[in-house]
Amino acid sequence: MSLDVTQVLLSAQSADGAIRKHAEESLKQFQEQNLPGFLLSLSSELANEEKPEESRRLAGLILKNALDAKEQHRKNELFQRWLALDAGAKQQIKGLLLQTLTSPVASARSTASQVIAKVAGIEIPQKQWPELIGSLLSSIHQVQPNVKQATLETLGYLCEEVSPDAVDQDQVNKILTAVVQGMNASEANSDVRLAATRALYNALGFAQVNFSNDMERDYIMRVVCEATQSPEVKIRQAAFECLVAISSTYYDKLAAYMQDIFNITAKAVRGDEESVALQAIEFWSSICDEEIDILDEYSSEFTADSDVPCYYFIKQALPALVPMLLETLLKQEEDQDLDEGAWNLAMAGGTCLGLVARTVGDDIVPLVMPFVEENITKSDWRQREAATYAFGSILEGPSADKLAPLVNVALNFMLTALTKDPSNHVKDTTAWTLGRIFEFLHGSALETPPIITAENCQQILTVLLHSMKDVPNVAEKACGALYFLAQGYVDAGSASPLSPFFQDIVQNLLMVTHREDAGESRLRTAAYETLNEVVRCSTEETAPIVMQLVPVIMMELHQTLEAEKLSTDEREKRSELQGLLCGCLQVIIQKLGGMESTKYSFLQYADQIMDLFLRVFACRNATVHEEAMLAIGALAYAAGPNFAKYMAQFYQYLEMGLQNFEEYQVCAITVGVVGDLCRALEDKILPFCDGIMTQLLKDLSSNQLHRSVKPPIFSCFGDIALAIGENFEKYLIYAMPMLQSAADLSAHTTATDDEMLDYTNQLRNGILEAYSGILQGFKSSPKTQLLMPYAPHILQFLDALYNGKDMDDTVMKTAIGVLGDLADTLGVHAGPLINQSTSSKAFLEECLASDDPLVKESADWASIAITRAASG
Amino acid sequence: MAPPPEPRRPYKRPAISDQQRRRELALQAQSARRADAQARARALASSLLTTPTPPAVTHCHEEEHAEEEQEQEHTVADVAAAASKLRGSDARRWFARQIMLPEWMVDAPPHLASDWHVFARPSGKRCLVVSSNGITISRVRNGSILHRFPSALPNGSKRDISGPASSYSILDCIFHEPDQTYYIIDMICWRGYSLYDCTAEFRFFWVNSKLTETSAGDPPSANHRYRFSAVPIYECTLEGLQAAYSGSTPYVKDGLLFYNKHAHYQAGITPLTLAWKDETCSQYVIDTDGKGEVPNEQHLVLELQEEGKLVTSDDPPVVFGSLDNEFIQKSNLRTGNLLRFAVRDESVRLVDGKMQTGELQLVGKPNRARAFADSHSKALFQYAARHAPLRIDDLIASIQSNNMELESTDVEMQD
Repeated sequence: MSLDVTQVLLSAQSADGAIRKHAEESLKQFQEQNLPGFLLSLSSELANEEKPEESRRLAGLILKNALDAKEQHRKNELFQRWLALDAGAKQQIKGLLLQTLTSPVASARSTASQVIAKVAGIEIPQKQWPELIGSLLSSIHQVQPNVKQATLETLGYLCEEVSPDAVDQDQVNKILTAVVQGMNASEANSDVRLAATRALYNALGFAQVNFSNDMERDYIMRVVCEATQSPEVKIRQAAFECLVAISSTYYDKLAAYMQDIFNITAKAVRGDEESVALQAIEFWSSICDEEIDILDEYSSEFTADSDVPCYYFIKQALPALVPMLLETLLKQEEDQDLDEGAWNLAMAGGTCLGLVARTVGDDIVPLVMPFVEENITKSDWRQREAATYAFGSILEGPSADKLAPLVNVALNFMLTALTKDPSNHVKDTTAWTLGRIFEFLHGSALETPPIITAENCQQILTVLLHSMKDVPNVAEKACGALYFLAQGYVDAGSASPLSPFFQDIVQNLLMVTHREDAGESRLRTAAYETLNEVVRCSTEETAPIVMQLVPVIMMELHQTLEAEKLSTDEREKRSELQGLLCGCLQVIIQKLGGMESTKYSFLQYADQIMDLFLRVFACRNATVHEEAMLAIGALAYAAGPNFAKYMAQFYQYLEMGLQNFEEYQVCAITVGVVGDLCRALEDKILPFCDGIMTQLLKDLSSNQLHRSVKPPIFSCFGDIALAIGENFEKYLIYAMPMLQSAADLSAHTTATDDEMLDYTNQLRNGILEAYSGILQGFKSSPKTQLLMPYAPHILQFLDALYNGKDMDDTVMKTAIGVLGDLADTLGVHAGPLINQSTSSKAFLEECLASDDPLVKESADWASIAITRAASG
Repeated sequence: MAPPPEPRRPYKRPAISDQQRRRELALQAQSARRADAQARARALASSLLTTPTPPAVTHCHEEEHAEEEQEQEHTVADVAAAASKLRGSDARRWFARQIMLPEWMVDAPPHLASDWHVFARPSGKRCLVVSSNGITISRVRNGSILHRFPSALPNGSKRDISGPASSYSILDCIFHEPDQTYYIIDMICWRGYSLYDCTAEFRFFWVNSKLTETSAGDPPSANHRYRFSAVPIYECTLEGLQAAYSGSTPYVKDGLLFYNKHAHYQAGITPLTLAWKDETCSQYVIDTDGKGEVPNEQHLVLELQEEGKLVTSDDPPVVFGSLDNEFIQKSNLRTGNLLRFAVRDESVRLVDGKMQTGELQLVGKPNRARAFADSHSKALFQYAARHAPLRIDDLIASIQSNNMELESTDVEMQD
């Protein structure tokens, strides 16, 4: 290859676009034509001390990208490509990379260590490159600090790339020993110590065994705590990051160290630089997360237990922790509410305070209230804001009994502050706090006497509507408060105190959406979202006002479609707006289509609405696609069989949605819409089923599809079968084997954690819904016998579920229903099979005795069907 | 390196967005409606259950009949399932019925150029090739196995398992002995996806694009015993027909096959695929007898049915005559037997495109491997081949007249 690699790499960074493009193309060509040669030249470039730093760095970067990608599919491809390379070439490349670790040029060393880790990430799980860790560790005792630093950095990256179970304990021990030695205060070179501290962060996941050993754990903890006292700010920050990681990974091993940790975090929060102090607060937030999870487990009905006991660290630290956090609240930055990305000590402290409240409940109230009372009337806005924020933070966690008296007193004060306080900060936080009051202390579910009454409701509304004209950040919070106020009345029916003001509320919200500055502080989004909630909570009386909203929102959507020649930025804004409008229409369709009194007059708009949706699809933007898709599902349900007339035009977008692997939410929504269509169109969906089924089967066999979409796809099989009946015949041969193998897998999964168990149960439910739909679909068809060959497997699946003992009530309900469907559809043929099945009798009895009415109902049905089948 | 400190949670934001809420509400609504639909279906069933319905009394014979009908309706998908566990001659027979068989072309169909594909049929054994679970099996028309071998088709060898091992691919091929190659003339199923309901045009497109995705076109190797090859397929224009008819092919030709572009794959004999041959493009235009010689009189293989009827393999069968009971018993013949007859040319009459024969003379039983009687169109084609064959010039003329028709439409309308 005559390519001058150095020159091309430099050109690829040229300011001149044309030169850059040309260089990038040459590189791409080189890569495609001769991958081993390409990688070898790049690693030679990276290793060559005579080459410019810029070309070496880019060489390393391209190497890294040739070994790894974000997207899983692509990643696997790159892994396979590397593994398939000629062994000699790989050996040479690895040699050059290791050699680069000794380079005097820092950026070359650092890039090389990342590339080495990527190679290790591919090879070590394959039991290749076994000598790597040994050779890295042998050079760690080099005198040259730069080599030592690069080696530690490499070990850190390596721990990030490789899964702990791929490395044996002996090597783990050696890595940890080297890393912890590098962190020790006796290490004179601060670069080395920093690299070691950062490496430990990644290596913590490898240290399970070492953390179970008291002596080793004591040693690691001592070194980490010492590093938090280093004179170097970066080392201190990295050491606190280690502590945060330890708090979640080794929560149950921390008891002995908590006093010391409290002292060093308190010192950091009060006196260290912000980057360090933020991590110190994060430590406590992370402990809260752990304890909230454990306490959730304690109170959950099923287990009433947790694998990890709660040590009540927060409760014990409370008297010292709360004052420390309250102090941080006073360290606000000017204009922090205007900056979406802002994150500072006051924000972190307030967030932590909210978590502490959720962890300990009532106990926090007496510790916070004196601070609120003392500061809320002070002349310094910082004190008023901090007091308000503290109050707002503790509204979730403590009991309503404890909070209600305080809130009753505070409400009037808050309403006045929101109108009159001179500070935007204070108004912003006040509106947010009102929202929290409505979110947690308002609604029919609460047993305490209502805080919002018919009397103060009007006053609250007046203040909120007025604040919606305030500066965008305050107006946005006021919309948010109104959202929760409306939500609290969702079950109020015609007695809703909002009804008399409904027109006013809607008009004010629409005015907000038209504000010139509605693009700031996500104000427009908040206004539409609040409008949605208001519509959801509307009643028969206010329905005419919602009906008037239909042409208004349609007109808005129409206007977005008229704009031409938009810039990228404008197009993005337009699609965001279309998303909001489609979302709003979706809610309106559900509301008006769901009430008999409005359904028919609403459906007169169906043609026009559908036309708009199709035009929105034609703009092709994934987020709009999703929102329009959701809205179409609602429209199909409302329109029923009449939706058939839109299918010819809509089908292409449906297919597009089903093909959208990357945005799995879109795919999942579309699968749901197929279900809506099945129920709306029934057998009129038949002409589209070949395409839909093909796509669904492709989705299921794809390794790119997000797993969460699989259960709804199975359920969707059931929807289709129920809609088209025996016409499902031709899909049996494809759908049944997939259902069977998924059933086998889900029946024998031993869930290692709750998330896994949840997913497994969702999957089971989807599979069972598919069986149910198929069995019911074939009911009374002459082709029923086609299902006979699948019956034994279905019964085995039910047996396995029953014996597995880890299904939830939903699965239980669906499963026993399937047993009934089987008996119902297969009739006398099912009788003997059901009798032979090992546990169906016990399963049925257990369900008949269930406390869950849905399980019981399903079981009653099954019982009748089985009796009938047994008697022939 | 440790991740940069990020805001751990949205500051002053509700826990979930309204968009997320809309999604969740939609999902809840969907699952509630699914439950409703399911409950409705069950309620319907329930009412049937509780009101005693008379047990379905079906006559034994009727039941058999119903079953047979069902069998007829089986799709190619069932072939896939059946292919792996076929046993016994009945099962083979059933399998054999899944192949799409051409009618013989006795008249050129209209719109050849616009609606039809044409290609030169390789000489050899027609077979279905099924690859799944790490093995490839080819079965000839009568359902018996021709080869069992590893191939580079999807899941066709133990080495090439990808995706679910049980996903099938089914190809319609002709095995060409001289170069030991399977020539693919149609594709029915690929990696579990059925092409059964796709048009011929699309299936041909898939043959070409999918074949290149595998290395099934490579020369034989340990894991790939026979090479697979696509046949060149043309639009049946003048040029296309010429290319198929007289163009050179790597295989020995045995006539031409015409496929209607819009036709789905359909088991059994269909007028939407047509076979045609003459001496130029086939060595075997006129059928030979059991000894491989061309007999003086046309021979017909017919199936003996109830009441002595002699029928073709068409669906519905065409009756060509009958044998009397006494003769049947005396000769020890049974319903379903295939018999070879000679037809005296002078006794043949063509009525409304149907062939009627007077006297049939029993010559004997055909080769045991034979699973089917001749089709009506084959009898016709053979008759024509002996008297007034449809020539290539006739096909060319048909295409040309179609062209003219197209060009002259406007003029005719003004008339």
